[in-house]
Amino acid sequence: MADMTHSTTPHASETTTTARPEGNLVARFFRATEIDTRMLGMIGALLIIWIGFHILTGGLFLTARNLWNLSVQTASVAVMATGMVLVIVTRNIDLSVGSILGFTGMIMGVLQAQYLPQLLGFDHPAIWAVALIGGIVVGGLIGTLQGFIIAFLSVPSFIVTLGGLLVWRGATWFVTSGQTVAPMNPSFRLMGGGAEGSIGETWSWIVGIVACLAIVAAIVNARHQRKRFHFPRRPLWAEYVLAGVGFVTVIGAVMVANAYFWPINIARRYAEANGIPWPEGGLQIPHGIAIPVLIAIAAGIVMTFIATRLRFGRYVFAIGGNPEAAELAGIKTRWVTVKIFALMGVLCAIAAAISTARLNAATNAQGELDELYTIAAAVIGGTSLGGGLGTIAGAMLGALVMQSLQSGMVLLGIDTPFQRIVVGIVLVTAVWLDTVYRARAK
Amino acid sequence: MTDQNIPLVEMKDISISFGGIHAVEKATIDLFPGEVVAVLGHNGAGKSTLIKVLSGAYRRDGGDILINGEAAEIRNPRDAKKYGIETIYQTLAVADNVDAAANLYLGRELRTKWGTLDDVAMEANTREVMGRLNPNFRRFKEPVKALSGGQRQSVAIARAILFDARILIMDEPTAALGPQETAQVGDLIKQLKREGIGIFLISHDIHDVFDLADRVFVMKNGKIVGHARTQDVTKDEVLGMIILGKVPPGAVPGPGAMKVA
Repeated sequence: MADMTHSTTPHASETTTTARPEGNLVARFFRATEIDTRMLGMIGALLIIWIGFHILTGGLFLTARNLWNLSVQTASVAVMATGMVLVIVTRNIDLSVGSILGFTGMIMGVLQAQYLPQLLGFDHPAIWAVALIGGIVVGGLIGTLQGFIIAFLSVPSFIVTLGGLLVWRGATWFVTSGQTVAPMNPSFRLMGGGAEGSIGETWSWIVGIVACLAIVAAIVNARHQRKRFHFPRRPLWAEYVLAGVGFVTVIGAVMVANAYFWPINIARRYAEANGIPWPEGGLQIPHGIAIPVLIAIAAGIVMTFIATRLRFGRYVFAIGGNPEAAELAGIKTRWVTVKIFALMGVLCAIAAAISTARLNAATNAQGELDELYTIAAAVIGGTSLGGGLGTIAGAMLGALVMQSLQSGMVLLGIDTPFQRIVVGIVLVTAVWLDTVYRARAK
Repeated sequence: MTDQNIPLVEMKDISISFGGIHAVEKATIDLFPGEVVAVLGHNGAGKSTLIKVLSGAYRRDGGDILINGEAAEIRNPRDAKKYGIETIYQTLAVADNVDAAANLYLGRELRTKWGTLDDVAMEANTREVMGRLNPNFRRFKEPVKALSGGQRQSVAIARAILFDARILIMDEPTAALGPQETAQVGDLIKQLKREGIGIFLISHDIHDVFDLADRVFVMKNGKIVGHARTQDVTKDEVLGMIILGKVPPGAVPGPGAMKVA
């Protein structure tokens, strides 16, 4: 993560009253496009990690297959990291997310494998949905309970969720007396990715095109809004650059997802089942974007919307910045805290659905240590433990950085204990670099 | 400041005690539209307590509050806001990490018809209000943390007047500011005065407020020593009131005045 050199550009002051032609070309570029240099530093770091591993592994890292797997492996922690941002922004912490993931995963497991088939009949099409909703409700209730204790009984969140870490892990064991629940419902399993759990070539392109249209719509709308009130706008070329970068990213991701084909025996089975003759060079069916990745992206978009466009999100950040001021402004800070933890519980359940579906089983140990990876992802992604600062997109990028490091080291054949040492050192270094960057940006 | 008008605020015989100690005893104080009244006294003289009764932070044990000549029931800060009373706290209650517009509208955000935040409209109004208060203010998009003390103070004041404050309470408004910023706040207060807003300035330092105030009330040991128009007394005489409770000829003595033998 040595790529924080962008601090040479002046502090991104958006006082673009007039586009003063001062500073060098780079500085002007950043001012005009209003790109967050911090975020750019993270993307740079990610690229360095990717290219570094690609060279070290002799060309194994930047392959469609590895990147596709990387995206699926990141999904679960990325979903939880979106909620952890709000928790940490309000100067709280949630140590229980891994255990909540385990517990809600187990609830969804027994619902779909034991109770619902008896109630609705085996293979009922609604089983997966009922199981998922059941897990989400349980997750929301657990979060609400913890949030209530934190906000209204004034027990520090560190303690409440440390207790939760033990309680929900123990409760997971109690659901089945320690037995692993498997297999999962076939429809439920789609949420875990794999050949079946991907949307295929055509739909991936449709998603990609919709995403591009959304980028254009967002830029046009923002411009229109600022025009309405005669605010300074970005220069037109900057808008084109931003749209262009967005397009390239989206289309590139779709192309990578479509370049990873189904494994040969799955493709052969599919061909046999559908009566397709097996061609000479084998059947090449692209995976396309994996469903868990779509879930994670959707979670990221929804959470970003909540954090930046809704009153609730504004209050979350205001409380993080100055709890006393928020209280004096008439914000019901305690209820906001309860809602944050409830939301966190719901996100844990969604992450649990992804990871149980992917494993095709619900186990006792599911999600162990995930709390630490989630917190690390949020912190690497620029969420300040001092409160008041953080972005959802940053936390998701942080999750991707963590997962990239782990996957890369697995590809290199580095032992697990050493992997942990590296991840630990990277976490501390990343936060230190961020501290240096912030001190200089002031 | 013609006295035939009905006062904007009249606090009559206000008393409040904490655990048997009279923090404020039978204090009477008034404020007219477009007037700046300084409430002076040592730390612990009861000035902050008295004014917190008006802002709704404390509930009085006795006495009446009249707003525009009518009895007002103020039990909490929300009640006070309903009467157009806004308080700017000594600690500048702003959220450091969000921008000026977000602070101005904190707790009372404007929303679009879909229920989302209408940031553009809030920024537009913020630009208008700040343009009126402090035309040099340009840093609308930056977190308040990046602003100077005077600029933060103007954000806090803008926040109060944005919601049609008629009565503004400022607790030690310049205590944390440098000389230039103090001057800036002084200009702000004069501007608000012209708009007909009544202002209470609470301070323990006479130099901070003497030139800004039209009248001063001096408190000592929970009682009003007296009040005077600033043009009728000198700074030294007011200092005498604060320290000794000695009322000069130009001032009207109150219940806390030193008994002259």
